[in-house]
Amino acid sequence: MPAPIRLRELIRTIRTARTQAEEREMIQKEFIVEFGTNAIHSLSEYNHFYSSMIQPVKSDLNHSTQYVQGLALCTLGCMGSSEMCRDLAGEVEKLLKTSNSYLRKKAALCAVHVIRKVPELMEMFLPATKNLLSEKNHGVLHTSVVLLTEMCERSPDMLSHFRKLVPQLVRILKNLIMSGYSPEHDVSGISDPFLQVRILRLLRILGKGDDDSSEAMNDILAQVATNTETSKNVGNAILYETVLTIMDIKSESGLRVLAINILGRFLLNNDKNIRYVALTSLLKTVQTDHNAVQRHRSTIDKVTREKALSFALVNGNNIRGMMKELLYFLDSCDPDFKADCASGIFLAAEKYAPSKRWHIDTIMRVLTTAGSYVRDDSVPNLIQLITNSVEMHAYTVQRLYKALLDDISQQPLVQVASWCIGEYGDLLVSGQCEEEEPIQVSEDEVLDVLEGLLVSNLSTPVTRGYSLTAIMKLSTRFSSMNRIKKVVSIYGSSIDVELQQRAVEYNALFKKYDHMRPALLERMPIMEKTATNGPAEIVQTNGETDSTILDTKHLPSITQPASQANDLLDLLGGNDVVPVIQITVPTKPASAGGELLDLLGDLSLTGGPTPTPAPSVTLSQHPFLLDGLASQPLFNDIAPGIPPMTAYNKNGLKIEFTFERANPNPNIAVITIHATNSTEADMTEFVFQAAVPKTFQLQLLSPSSNVVPALNQGSVTQVIRVLNPQKQQLRMRVKLTYTHKGSPVQDLAEVNNFPPQSWQ
Amino acid sequence: MQFMLLFSRQGKLRLQKWYAPLSDTQKKKISREVIQMVLARKPKMCSFLEWRDLKIVYKRYASLYFCCAVEDQENELITLEIIHRYVELLDKYFGSVCELDIIFNFEKAYYILDEFILGGEAQETSKKTVLKAIEQADMLQEEAETPRSVLEEIGLT
Repeated sequence: MPAPIRLRELIRTIRTARTQAEEREMIQKEFIVEFGTNAIHSLSEYNHFYSSMIQPVKSDLNHSTQYVQGLALCTLGCMGSSEMCRDLAGEVEKLLKTSNSYLRKKAALCAVHVIRKVPELMEMFLPATKNLLSEKNHGVLHTSVVLLTEMCERSPDMLSHFRKLVPQLVRILKNLIMSGYSPEHDVSGISDPFLQVRILRLLRILGKGDDDSSEAMNDILAQVATNTETSKNVGNAILYETVLTIMDIKSESGLRVLAINILGRFLLNNDKNIRYVALTSLLKTVQTDHNAVQRHRSTIDKVTREKALSFALVNGNNIRGMMKELLYFLDSCDPDFKADCASGIFLAAEKYAPSKRWHIDTIMRVLTTAGSYVRDDSVPNLIQLITNSVEMHAYTVQRLYKALLDDISQQPLVQVASWCIGEYGDLLVSGQCEEEEPIQVSEDEVLDVLEGLLVSNLSTPVTRGYSLTAIMKLSTRFSSMNRIKKVVSIYGSSIDVELQQRAVEYNALFKKYDHMRPALLERMPIMEKTATNGPAEIVQTNGETDSTILDTKHLPSITQPASQANDLLDLLGGNDVVPVIQITVPTKPASAGGELLDLLGDLSLTGGPTPTPAPSVTLSQHPFLLDGLASQPLFNDIAPGIPPMTAYNKNGLKIEFTFERANPNPNIAVITIHATNSTEADMTEFVFQAAVPKTFQLQLLSPSSNVVPALNQGSVTQVIRVLNPQKQQLRMRVKLTYTHKGSPVQDLAEVNNFPPQSWQ
Repeated sequence: MQFMLLFSRQGKLRLQKWYAPLSDTQKKKISREVIQMVLARKPKMCSFLEWRDLKIVYKRYASLYFCCAVEDQENELITLEIIHRYVELLDKYFGSVCELDIIFNFEKAYYILDEFILGGEAQETSKKTVLKAIEQADMLQEEAETPRSVLEEIGLT
């Protein structure tokens, strides 16, 4: 039976196949049966066609029916393995010279595939390319241009050889543009846009770096650029290719301006696809062609103002690519634009960062390259970001430290770096970095760097403030306390008032309030943001565990509020008491320090089981707890006259109250409870609750822990804030629960012996 | 072009053409990933995605997504035109093509694609020529289906 009938049978049986798998099976089976080969175990798609298929395909390539030949070429061109390509290249080459355009075009693309698979075979196709461009048939022309492009891209020799084709290509392109309506190739009024684009691309490769070729194509490029209809996507596709070509070859300046203008118009196009391609090419252009672009400043200014669009177009999927372009742009653009660009980059990075590490790296890149142009408000935002990227702390601090070693002139970078070193200096010194090779750095080296910032002329006062605070924080993270104490005391007499004030307060921390120092200088909890550019709200969370906590403003576990509130209500005779919700999650007392800043609005914690979050601190000027401490000195108005008192002392548990007044509001009394345990067993699950009369408002902050160690080895501290606007006598009911020696203990007591100064 | 995928809004793959040698498992993995990515796109987003070292160009026609993965240096806008051309070919062949046509006549959809694109590049830019080639293939098949006499079979008549 002649082959075509066999093939028809094959096609018929295939058509009866219900699934693609069945179809494939049939094809495989038919090949085995019809074309008589040796035993073949299976035809896996990965291997495509076994070498034993070569003979049948070869014979098909020589078949009398063009249809069969076409199928064979298609098979080879789509899926041929390198072995197959090697064996059949000769047949392909023969078919490349045939006058049958149906086969010739397929052979050309087959040749492309062969070259991609077996590049060494490229040479053998060279003779056959001789007359390819003289064809009238568009299919052959198109595929020939593809073949020529492939060859030129792969071999500089081929490239120089084919440069002579430029005039011919120009002619073909011209004919396409100038010729009238050709129904066969028309797409929305444009004649064969696919071929036009392919020719433009080949011209780009041929004209690159070559003056003569570039000159030869100048006119046609200008013509295409000005005459192409832009109302539809197809026209814009051609213009896009044209612009790319103009920018890549040695075109004259007039042509370049034309190209940039086209891009500029693209940026204003309603179609977002057009805007997207315009931005990607524009950024590439500005990167590589800065000088040429500079010469046409007025055009570019308008265009770069449109750059704001680029940040709108960035999305989760193109962020990596776009960011590379944007960072290049940042490097090379005018200083006027750098601040905007940097802010935009931060915004985009924040919204679409694919990973925390990428985000940190991007920030680092901006800080190190355009650090002095970064806006001031970026610094707190960045710091917040870094705080929230818990797992990246070690990596971040290491990179920032290294950056500081290189350059301390860029203030935003220095500020962020100092802050991080202050927070995560311990990670830095312990060499814990996972993301990259941890560096060896000692505590002294770190302190050297920070002290260097203090004395450097390059540092602004704000920066100095950051460094001093960072040094102070390290007093709880490093062991070299003496050095830190010395630095802090030196700056107590600094001329800079801000520094002086901080130093004095920090000194006080060392001397009088050492017990509070660890609590105050503890790690920052994760911060939650209300809006990207808005003030940061600090929500108390268990910082180290889970950054998804950001999403919830509620604390994870409020276990006992309801019942206990009721208990207390009962106790205090019903209505004259406002019970307080005890926050049972023992979170880091860092927040205790922070909340001391709290503004009045947040004091109204009334009864009921609402899981109240830790009081949110709305930061106005200084987003940092300790900075805030500095500007609102907490300890200035300590009333040294208020003596501490013992509120409770029973069964080995002693609770002492110490008093401070929170400036500026004299109606707020701040009481710190200290619970100590003189028995031989620890008191665990220790919970302190308090209730005050209705005219008062009470706020209970988190305790330092819920274990009161035995034998007075330590204490649990907790801060209570009482608002007493009517200046009534303070009295309080307390409820204590804990587990001692395995059994739960509960006690209630009244505290009435408050010293008068605490509420007057 | 590295591959072309056609899938419904529910993520059902209707057509897959691969121009790069990949194993079945790789293809499945890639298809799943790309389909998920494209389906997650909102209508306001542009038709281009960056994925690995390729660009994904996609367009939705009624209930079907047409998705091409092209190399980095390809012109995305002309790729959209390629997709559109393929849809036009299907439409001309099936007469107001819909997803069902492709489901029930997938081999034809592949034939049409294979006459339009070879090895990842367009082989014919004339709609008419592509459709003529398909027509001829159809005719050959029809001939094969008509009953022949025994004499014809052995070549005597």
